Amino acid sequence: MGKPSIHPLWLRLIHWFNAAAIIILIMSGWQIYNATGFMGFRIPKTITLGGWLGGAIQWHFAAIWVLFATALLYAVIGLLTRRIPRKFFPVTPRAFVHDLLEAARGKLAHEDLSIYNTVQRVAYLAAMLDVVVLIISGLVLWKSVQFPYLRVLVGGYEGARRVHFFAMSFMVAFIFVHVVMALLVPKTIKAMLWGR
Amino acid sequence: MNRKIPDDIKSDKADILKEAESLLKDPGRRRLLGNVLTLGGLSLATGVIIKDYGSVHDILKRISVFNDKAQGVIFGPNNMAPEYSEADITNPFPFNAFYPISKAPVVDPASYQLKLSGKIADRRPWTLPMLNALPQTSQITRHICVEGWSAIGKWGGVRFSDFLQRIGADITCKYVGFKCADGYYTSIDMPTALHAQTLLTLTFRDHTLPTWYGFPMKLRMPTKLGYKNPKHILEIFVTNVFPGGYWEDQGYNWFGGS
Repeated sequence: MGKPSIHPLWLRLIHWFNAAAIIILIMSGWQIYNATGFMGFRIPKTITLGGWLGGAIQWHFAAIWVLFATALLYAVIGLLTRRIPRKFFPVTPRAFVHDLLEAARGKLAHEDLSIYNTVQRVAYLAAMLDVVVLIISGLVLWKSVQFPYLRVLVGGYEGARRVHFFAMSFMVAFIFVHVVMALLVPKTIKAMLWGR
Repeated sequence: MNRKIPDDIKSDKADILKEAESLLKDPGRRRLLGNVLTLGGLSLATGVIIKDYGSVHDILKRISVFNDKAQGVIFGPNNMAPEYSEADITNPFPFNAFYPISKAPVVDPASYQLKLSGKIADRRPWTLPMLNALPQTSQITRHICVEGWSAIGKWGGVRFSDFLQRIGADITCKYVGFKCADGYYTSIDMPTALHAQTLLTLTFRDHTLPTWYGFPMKLRMPTKLGYKNPKHILEIFVTNVFPGGYWEDQGYNWFGGS
């Protein structure tokens, strides 16, 4: 018996592996950031991962393979099954403003979990784009000599540091809102765990 | 100018066997190889399944070794690091080591001899006047530190691939290793050793390399992170046995490419 699945198994697996990878990347990234603290502040050590710079780099460059694999699989399967165009498009400025105002007035419901409103669509698409920006700027930080075109794209090695930092900051903000929203509508968490 | 390589350094069989044996002898490593094969990379990398810190540590090190290989594949022998103008040079160029600047080793230029060992045909030592008499080149490139910061400097000296050819180094070997006056040691892959921008550096900003930048010489590689660039070099050796490095043995990635 049962209602149709909201999230297929492949999507749920990718979601949780991706979430684990991103959390490891952010926490180890904070430890790496602390080696210079170039934005003028340090991240409290208790929320970093790796213990020291060398350990953090090991975590970072292990988790990156998981992020890379999940991002690639999501894009390929999501496009082949047409899930991505179906769930996240169309996006119109009008609908975005409308849904944003509704949300601000507390009137935007999320009864049918299989349909995203335009604010959700924009948020998820922005998060996806942010992962792409993080990967590109990360590749330049890792191998600025080997990826000359990407290096120019993000404004050189020093540019890549800043792009990577701000893209991380956006990701942290996204995760915060995403988790708060999920906790406000707990059945979304159930759906991401069991599919419905 | 190719010298004949003596027979005693030609055969790598013994070295390769030695390396493989030491890998297999270590039971932890052998067990780990089994674990990696059975549990699968994804769950290992996320650390979800592994609770024991020791094995997480080992797995991360294994992945770091895998990342060395990935970097070897990505490394383009013809990809050049960007070169800058005199106006771009960072002033003052930062001092960085595992000790404070006051502890930088002072090497006597008169008695200095660069020792050569391993798979090199002509292992006669080199004095500073001999090195200074070789054809010199220079570069203005970006030094990128593993800590994240970067600085642009101007280094002059002997192209390392020319030097390796001159001394009859066996360039089919996997590693070039360095021993330094400050106790530092490191090693690099042969493709990077042969890269056109890899420089046996004798000068900084057209003056003799100061003590704090590595007198009498450092190996400058704009294709590698700072810690891979050894200073105060006393000995260079060519080998097929993985030599490790000061920071690398503590957990920094060995390839350390840029």
